Amino acid sequence: MRFRINHVTRYEYAEPVSLCHSIAHLKPPQTARQRCLSSQIRVDPWPAVHREHEDFFGNRVSYFSIQQAHDALEVRAQSEVEVVAPTLPQPEATQPWERIVDRLHDRYDEPMTDLRIFTLSSPLVPPDPDALAYAAESFSPGRPILEATVELMGRIFRDFVYDPTSTTIATPLAEVMEQRKGVCQDFAHVAIAGLRGLGLASRYVSGYLETLPPPGQVKLQGADASHAWFSVLIPNLGWIDFDPTNDQIPGEQHITTAVGRDFQDVTPLRGIFYGGGTHELRVAVDVNRVEPAVSEVADVGEAPDPAPRPPTSALPPQPQGR
Amino acid sequence: MSVPDLAPLLEQSGLVDAYTPLPERYDEMRTVEGEVRPHWQYVLDALRTLGPSGIEARWREATRMVRDNGVTYNLNAEPRGMSRPWELDLLPLLIRSEEWADLERGLIQRADLLNQILLDLYGPRRLIRSGLLPAELFDASPEYLLPCHGVEVAGHRPLIQYAADLTRTPDGHWRIIGDRTQSPLGFGYALENRVVLSRVLPSMFRDSHVHRLAGFFRSIRRTLTRLAPRRAEHARVVVLTPGPENEAYFEHAYLANYLGFTLVQGGDLSVRDGALWLRTLGRLERIDAVLRRVDDGWCDPLELREDSFLGVPGLVQAVRAGNLVIANALGSGILEHPALPAFLPSLCRELLGEELQIPDIPTWWCGDPDSLTRVLDRLDQLVIKPLNKRHGERCLFPETLDAPARAALLQAIRERPHSYIAQERVKTSTAPALIGQHLEPRPSVLRTFLTAEEDGYAVMPGGLGRVTPTNDAALNSNQLGGLAKDVWVVASEPERQESLLVTTEMHTPAVTQESEVSSRVADNLFWIGRYAERAEGLVRLLRITIFKLSERSDYAASTGDSCCLRSLLEALTNQTQSFPGFIGTGAAERLRNPVPEMLSLISDPARLGGLPQTLQALGQAAYSVRDRLSADTWRIVSDIEAHLGNLTHEAPGQLSLALDELDPLITSLVAFSALTQENMTHNEGWHFLEIGRRLERAASTASLLRSMLVPIAGEADENMVIEAVLGVTDSLITYRRRYRAGTRIGALLDLVFQDEGNPRALAYQLVQLERLVSELPRGDMAVGRTAVEKHVLKGLTGIRLAEIDSMVQPDKAGARRAALAAMLAELDRQSAAISDAITAQYFRHEEQPHSLLRRAAARGAS
Repeated sequence: MRFRINHVTRYEYAEPVSLCHSIAHLKPPQTARQRCLSSQIRVDPWPAVHREHEDFFGNRVSYFSIQQAHDALEVRAQSEVEVVAPTLPQPEATQPWERIVDRLHDRYDEPMTDLRIFTLSSPLVPPDPDALAYAAESFSPGRPILEATVELMGRIFRDFVYDPTSTTIATPLAEVMEQRKGVCQDFAHVAIAGLRGLGLASRYVSGYLETLPPPGQVKLQGADASHAWFSVLIPNLGWIDFDPTNDQIPGEQHITTAVGRDFQDVTPLRGIFYGGGTHELRVAVDVNRVEPAVSEVADVGEAPDPAPRPPTSALPPQPQGR
Repeated sequence: MSVPDLAPLLEQSGLVDAYTPLPERYDEMRTVEGEVRPHWQYVLDALRTLGPSGIEARWREATRMVRDNGVTYNLNAEPRGMSRPWELDLLPLLIRSEEWADLERGLIQRADLLNQILLDLYGPRRLIRSGLLPAELFDASPEYLLPCHGVEVAGHRPLIQYAADLTRTPDGHWRIIGDRTQSPLGFGYALENRVVLSRVLPSMFRDSHVHRLAGFFRSIRRTLTRLAPRRAEHARVVVLTPGPENEAYFEHAYLANYLGFTLVQGGDLSVRDGALWLRTLGRLERIDAVLRRVDDGWCDPLELREDSFLGVPGLVQAVRAGNLVIANALGSGILEHPALPAFLPSLCRELLGEELQIPDIPTWWCGDPDSLTRVLDRLDQLVIKPLNKRHGERCLFPETLDAPARAALLQAIRERPHSYIAQERVKTSTAPALIGQHLEPRPSVLRTFLTAEEDGYAVMPGGLGRVTPTNDAALNSNQLGGLAKDVWVVASEPERQESLLVTTEMHTPAVTQESEVSSRVADNLFWIGRYAERAEGLVRLLRITIFKLSERSDYAASTGDSCCLRSLLEALTNQTQSFPGFIGTGAAERLRNPVPEMLSLISDPARLGGLPQTLQALGQAAYSVRDRLSADTWRIVSDIEAHLGNLTHEAPGQLSLALDELDPLITSLVAFSALTQENMTHNEGWHFLEIGRRLERAASTASLLRSMLVPIAGEADENMVIEAVLGVTDSLITYRRRYRAGTRIGALLDLVFQDEGNPRALAYQLVQLERLVSELPRGDMAVGRTAVEKHVLKGLTGIRLAEIDSMVQPDKAGARRAALAAMLAELDRQSAAISDAITAQYFRHEEQPHSLLRRAAARGAS
């Protein structure tokens, strides 16, 4: 499936900002199941410096700085991406999860040792006994890795309530475990903490999810949003993604923008600015299919607010502009 | 001193005879057999020759120098520790030059090794992939700064400065007990120790043929300018300090001064066009290299610790773009990982193909099964250190634990072996310390310093020795507590020719660039000028008031007619704005009995606007720009602080006693003014200091004249008023010489108000201000006069046009000089306006950077 993604972030400041430095993880990388055909970031006002580098995890990081006084900042990332669904073996045919743990800790297995960083705690995913105990229920001895992880994903989907008001980015993992509420980012962290506790390598994926309007309705512009899920390393298969927010193995509708140990490594946009006072933020994301039949979305219709039709079951309502 | 003299002296008891080395420790001076090691003989003889009184005198001198030079180290960040003096032992630590040569080779090898490890960790990570360094130790360490991974390092030298702490095991072998790899502390203190000791014990120093330090500092300079990305000869280097609150701020300022670099804080810098710039008054100046004294995680809130205010947003990016070199490279803190020593022997073989020359204290990481077995086998000889101290775990000595505690420790290690390291317990060597008149063996640590050179590393020939303050205390590698020692590398053979030329070099920085003034520095200098003048004016006024009070011992009875005293007391309150004071409600009572209120003004450190607070503010402002003040000036600041200490610690109970303190204080304050006038280059920074002084003097003179001359005194009192004003303004002699007759208040006003040639007159202050502000840098856009210039001109013109004859006239009621009051009130407004305009134009610090983008934009919506 081919998509065109528009991700617009706009800040409006109460007072002029004299200098601003930003780092963005907004350009989709090439992965096993994703090809990035084009990607560009436009910044308004014009940045005096705009550079790109590759970070530790292989993500494409954009740095830009605006050196003229401005009272609004708009960052528009536009990408065209082709995604294919992963081909997965029968879950029950995959290797027992402990064997993967052993390989990860075999000090003579160089490629695996290099990835051991994803088995370790990270700033937002500290060791969490609750998350480990929670995950361990699905990882009975000798259980095939894929089967166990799919089950874990499903349990998070069922046991945790999607509630955007319940957490902020500062909410620690332990609190999410306690209240069993959160958003996609929290669910990914819960799974990652559990899997790492078991000794497996797990990473955080940030990206987008295509949503479709209910049949017969027109898709609203800006209705999509950025999304996050987790990924598990299965030797011979590579990194396999899991979306606990939707209880689904990401297929053609999940577009990856960056991977890291946790959210902090892949923040879509972060920055430091001088001045500015208070500010307001608006984010709009559009994920549109490029195939003519599906992607030629009409103008913003007068259509009523469409409940996004999730590919599997209920996708939570998508709050905008947070 | 010649050798024959020594014979009888060696017979003397004291010094060495009572010196018994501690059991099971290597002693630097005495062998197990009780022999004095030969290289100590000369220094001991020299000390004997000095004798008790000589030692005492030298010790006093050293202490005085340390105090005068303001050498401080704020151990444990004590709140009042800012002025805690550095403690230096008179007796240096002596090391033979042959032995030193071995040490040097070992240290250079280690610096090379650490540099290579750093390059690998932030580059190919071969050591992690091959398992030579366990991923679980390094990849998860908060000191491993992933944003710095892949950043190209200038000259492949991330480790530019390095310090190693050493001690000896009982068999006399050197062991490394700690590495400092971020921004090694102490080489400034080492240099200052040397300066003090070589002056206090000049002949002993000269005759010992001590290796010199200056070359090492030249090497630091050379390396930084060589690695700087451009303009090698003109590279601008700054020393980045967290600020005056930092425990080692003295060293930051000292190094900046000595090396000729500008001392800056994060807020003085900003990143633009992918490069680093210093914000000076109205200009930006490109910076090529940073000698950082800020821990790496705090250096860039954009990519590293977001909550840091000590760094510069975008700094990592400036390095990544190749526009800046930072010493040491960001991320080098990972080398201080406590488990690293466990892996160094194998890493040394792997990376350098050599054996590690100076071993560490034997260290094991329990996460390695073989190591764990060995650790559990010999637990009692070890100290167990948890790697993650966040959970409040401490280092434990299994030998000292009771059974349950021991079992708990064993269980914890077995459950989470990767979280512990074990280290052989060491008995550090001892060195003699001169305690009073005796030598005592004290556990000691030697900190050595290295700096990168074009092809390798240079070792400072000497270092920072530290001995414990008491016999059983421990020395911490993170802090520089304890009694400091200079370290002398002594040639066994005299090397006379070497020692001839170098003495002078030591105190002369190679090249000194006139460093630019940042807004923060200008602001501080301005306030130094104001506070110094404020303190001086206040002391003068206090002095005169005390004189006048004592002249009238029957004060209480004469309040009614003593308009002069009342005016003086009111002037005190008007000038200090320190209340309750002598105006407002209840003033009558305090006027009747003014002594307690005056004493409080003189000695109460808690009193707003009082003398102690003014002096304290002066000291603080001076401290935050201490790299701009000469050694002599700093000595005066130390004197002023000593007076402040005397005033507040033993608050005088009566005014005459206060006077004993105020007299020398005024001398110090005048000396301070004179030194800033005569010994400071009249550059931009000086202009701000001088403007502050002139402005303050104008304001306080206006206030004095208002308090004293606006009320009309009785005929009898007028003499006293005039005398008091002349006393405070130090113009009595001129007045007497110049005016024989005439209206006397008019003459006074002529002299202290309108005379542009009298340095104490109001007019003079404004004439000076006019010149000073015209020389300040102007914005590019400024056309015509700046706001500051306009206010100065207005004030000056007002004074010039004033008619003295009409100002001295009483108003209709006959009690006040209304015209004078109006004139002075207007001047008061102008001086406030000048101060505000200067602040607005020059000290407007750029806004604090914020990090808000992230919070909102970042959050995934689904």
